Amino acid sequence: MLLIPCPWCGPRSEHEFGFGGEPAVRPQSSASDTEWADYLYMRTNPKGRNTELWCHSAGCGQWFVMERDTVTHAIHTTREMGA
Amino acid sequence: MRYSGWQLLKQGLRGNAGWQPAWRTPVLQRSYDAIVVGGGGHGLAAAYYLARVHGLKRVAVLERGWIGGGNTGRNTTIVRSNYFFAESAAMYDFALRLYEGLSRELNYNIMLSQRGVLNLAHTEHDMELMTRSVNAMLLNGIDVELLDAKQVRDEVPLLNFSPSARFPIHGGFVQRRGGVARHDAVAWAYARGASDLGVDIIQNCDVTGWLREGSRIVGVETSLGRISAGVCAMSVAGHSGVMAEMAGFRLPITSYALQAMVSEPLKPILDTVVMSTATGMYVSQSDKGELVFGAGLDLYPSYAQRGNLPTGQAIVAAMLELFPAFRRLKMLRQWAGIVDVCWDYSPVIGPAPVEGLYLNCGWGTGGFKATPVGGWLLAHLMATGQHHALSAPFDLGRFTSGMLVDEAAGAGIAH
Repeated sequence: MLLIPCPWCGPRSEHEFGFGGEPAVRPQSSASDTEWADYLYMRTNPKGRNTELWCHSAGCGQWFVMERDTVTHAIHTTREMGA
Repeated sequence: MRYSGWQLLKQGLRGNAGWQPAWRTPVLQRSYDAIVVGGGGHGLAAAYYLARVHGLKRVAVLERGWIGGGNTGRNTTIVRSNYFFAESAAMYDFALRLYEGLSRELNYNIMLSQRGVLNLAHTEHDMELMTRSVNAMLLNGIDVELLDAKQVRDEVPLLNFSPSARFPIHGGFVQRRGGVARHDAVAWAYARGASDLGVDIIQNCDVTGWLREGSRIVGVETSLGRISAGVCAMSVAGHSGVMAEMAGFRLPITSYALQAMVSEPLKPILDTVVMSTATGMYVSQSDKGELVFGAGLDLYPSYAQRGNLPTGQAIVAAMLELFPAFRRLKMLRQWAGIVDVCWDYSPVIGPAPVEGLYLNCGWGTGGFKATPVGGWLLAHLMATGQHHALSAPFDLGRFTSGMLVDEAAGAGIAH
């Protein structure tokens, strides 16, 4: 069970959260098909430390950034978007 | 050594002292014509078909741990081909047909039991969508039957038909050629068949990088040293992203933990495979008597082969809701495998973005049923450099062209 420290609400059970993917920057509309495919579908999917977007969907509803280990499930940090 | 009833009798009378290891422990060579990274069912099947169908003599399978010790040994052993899209149906049914002949071809009992796979509908809307799916499957040539609630009750009277059920049963559909097979036996059978044809199966060999000549991949860097190869392939399921990163590209894949569990063994009580769309749950009874069951993914990336408690609880709750009679059973074991999930829930089979390397990945939660075809198609690619007609729609290029094979939405069933 993950105990996730929401930047707004403090530590809450993983039940309340939704995983939202790896952060990525949306390309310009003029980008090529390959660039769009890379943005939409390709993932680094690292084994170990990962930077992820999460949403406290059944809580405050806020999106935030989490540094988490995909092997140990240890949570290193959580922070507000853009922080 | 050929296995037979006669051999069993002969060896039994000699105190079982004469059995040979099922596959050789070879001396690692420094160069091969073809190297398959990953000694699961898919990788071993690819090596076997490279030798048997394409006549390659110098083939190696490199496995970091022991063969069949990853997802091959962690799945719930279900085989079926009830897919919505024609491309998927053709591929998965090819796998099922190979499964049907596998024990005979490999002279190894994979304990294929075509006891049927029954999917449940829990609402009127489920039933309408299921009718649509069944029609699509019939058009694809897959032999499925739509059942009403009474027919489901006749087949599986243990299900929860109470009027107060949270998931009432409105009907279902069944693929009678579906069922289960012994997962370890599939890996061991392919290993034995491949080894007999001269394939070197190297266990405890961790691939740590790719060897390059210019832009082309020409071998692997391993914990046992460098090995060069005419052609390489990766068939490593949950670790596909790790292998791809070493080669300098990314995949449309996220690795998740998929849990499964078994109950304590009990006398025969469930003679088919039951799957439930609404809860994602699937259950069958093993030959040892254990109920083997699972459901959805732990919905965040993971390389930990264990699974977390909230998903585990949901899986158990789903099974008990559908089978109230199982409430008093004790749980024997729980585990997870790391599955490589693509956005459209279809696999990626084809050339990698790097020359000299082929991909067999992205099977996600449904790789076991595809073991023979994954191996067949990967072998075809490695030997000929060309797509087989069955693998062409599953090329990595579909994520750029937009031609996804969207079974995530299409099949409407647990994978």
